[in-house]
Parts: sequence; C-alpha cells; structure tokens
Amino acid sequence: MPTIRVPIVEKIMEANDQLAKGIRLRLDQAGIFGINIMASPGSGKTSLILQTLLKLPPDIRSAVIEGDTAPVTIDAEKIIQIGVPAVQINTGGECHLDAVMMSRGLDEVPLNSIELLIVENVGNLICPAAFNLGTHANILIASIPEGDDKPYKYPNIYRSLDVLIINKTDLMPYIDFDMEYFRQGVELLNPRLITFPVSCKTGEGMDAWVDWLVKKVRTNRNG
Amino acid sequence: MHELSVTENILNIASKHANQSKAIRVTDIHLVIGTLSSIIDDSVQFYWDILTKETICEGANLHFERVPAELLCLDCNLTYAIQSGLSPCPNCGSVRVNVVAGEEFWLESIEIET
Repeated sequence: MPTIRVPIVEKIMEANDQLAKGIRLRLDQAGIFGINIMASPGSGKTSLILQTLLKLPPDIRSAVIEGDTAPVTIDAEKIIQIGVPAVQINTGGECHLDAVMMSRGLDEVPLNSIELLIVENVGNLICPAAFNLGTHANILIASIPEGDDKPYKYPNIYRSLDVLIINKTDLMPYIDFDMEYFRQGVELLNPRLITFPVSCKTGEGMDAWVDWLVKKVRTNRNG
Repeated sequence: MHELSVTENILNIASKHANQSKAIRVTDIHLVIGTLSSIIDDSVQFYWDILTKETICEGANLHFERVPAELLCLDCNLTYAIQSGLSPCPNCGSVRVNVVAGEEFWLESIEIET
C-alpha cells in the first residue's frame, strides 16, 4: 500500500517546553524570580541553598522545591528547619525534574507570599539540562573535587547556564584542579558566563553570589 | 540520558498527527537529531518497540538523520565541523564560538497509510 508522507517538524521536547512556558507565566504573575539549581550529587546544592537562605535580607521571602529520585525528605527537612517552606518532589527514579513534576510541586508552594523560588534539581549533569522548568535562571554548581574536566565531558549542561557557581574553593590546595583549563572549557561552551567561586564551608565568595541574587529578585519585583 | 521520556514524546507527537491525517497505520518516522544531543538511537528503538505495541505506530520504522555539529568563530567568521566535544577555532584559536548546527532535536515527518 502506498504511504503518504506527513511533514511535521515538531520539537521532540515541545510538550515539556509548552508546560514550562505556563510555569513561567505563573511565576511572573505572582512576581516570583525562579532559579533552577543543577549539579552532580555531592557538589553542595543543599548546603549552598541553606547558606544562601540564611544570608538573604529579611524582606525577601523564599520557598524551595526539592527534587530527589528517592522518597527521602532529608533535604526538605533541613530547609524547613530554618523556617523556609519546602516542597519535596520524589521523581520516582527519574534522573531529572521535568515541567510536569515542577507544575505539581508549584501547586504546593505559597506563591502569594514569596518572591524567590529555588528549585533543587536531581543530582545529575546530563538529564536536567534537557528539561526546561520555566524558571528564570539555570544555575550549575561545579565543585572542586569533581575535577577540572567536567565542562568538556558534560557540555550540554554548561551551554544551558545563566550562572556558574564553583563550590568548595577551600579544597583547592589539596586537589589537582587546573582552574585555567576548567575556565577555558566553560568559555568555549558559554562565553562570558557569570561565575561565582565560593566556599559554603568558609563563606568565602558567598556575598557576591547572594548580592547578584538579591538584585535579580528586586529587579523582578519592580517589574 | 532519558530515552524513555523522549520516546514517549515521539510516540505522542506521531500519533497526534497520524490521527489528524486519518491514518490507519504509521509506517515510518523521520527524526532529525543533532550530534550534540546526547541520545542513543538503540535505546530509543528499544523503548519504541515496547511503547508502540497496540498503537497506531506499532511496527513503524524509526529513521535517525544525524546532523553534524558545526561551530562559527565569532572572531574570524570561520565555520568549522567538530567531531567530538567543542574545540577552539582551528584557524585563529579563539574560544568565542557559536553553535550553528548539531542541536537539532525534532520529529521531521511521518509516513502513513490511510
């Protein structure tokens, strides 16, 4: 039987992208600045979020969405302990958050009483890069012990970034991490990317990152 | 990476268009995938065979058109192909580059019987 060719040209991730657009609209209507924090497991995502929340001025109210592949609430509990609302999303084994999970998580966030939404993605350098969540900024935490070759090995996540945080800089004296080599890889993938070297442990560099975030939230507040 | 969700998306898009065109069967699916998209063809095929059972797409052949990655140097305007990973401009050594091809990730067309 002869076949008919039907031209389509539709992005394979279109359904996720459309949903992400709806999420962005919800955030914008509520005057919320949303950030998507991605990193490999153990890079210090939760530590950085906790330190950031503690340093934010009191007029900026926040909430956190925690993505985890297992039904554990360790991260969310830490956030709630410092008085910030947190919603835990269990991805049921999936290696990333997608716009569907994000929408469900958003339903439980007190949208009318916050201005900053921090999303902690599942620890993974591959899959989260492909799923737009509708947040305003994609942020990656790279940590010194992971090694200086990560931009070369995981190019897609670096290309999707708005901000790069280099964590655990206090370990530089103990680890063979060639900062020049690392930065050249980043420059190739994402020229002039905003970068903050920090140490959550010593607090070094945290002020510059938090200042950037505060400015973004206040600009967003004023439309 | 996440071939299962990708395959589900391909099936959803193909089925939607097949139904709109009043197809009785989908025979072929043409995908355009840039080499910078980390998708393993064999994994998509594996999920495809399972997911399409008893759907309008059952038995449809997947065709992957791979688009090679190409970079444009912002300093000397040279366009160059890359094999694996991003590399500086081979002409002037600049790292100020833009990706001009290789990120494609779409379903181009389907072939149907009506």
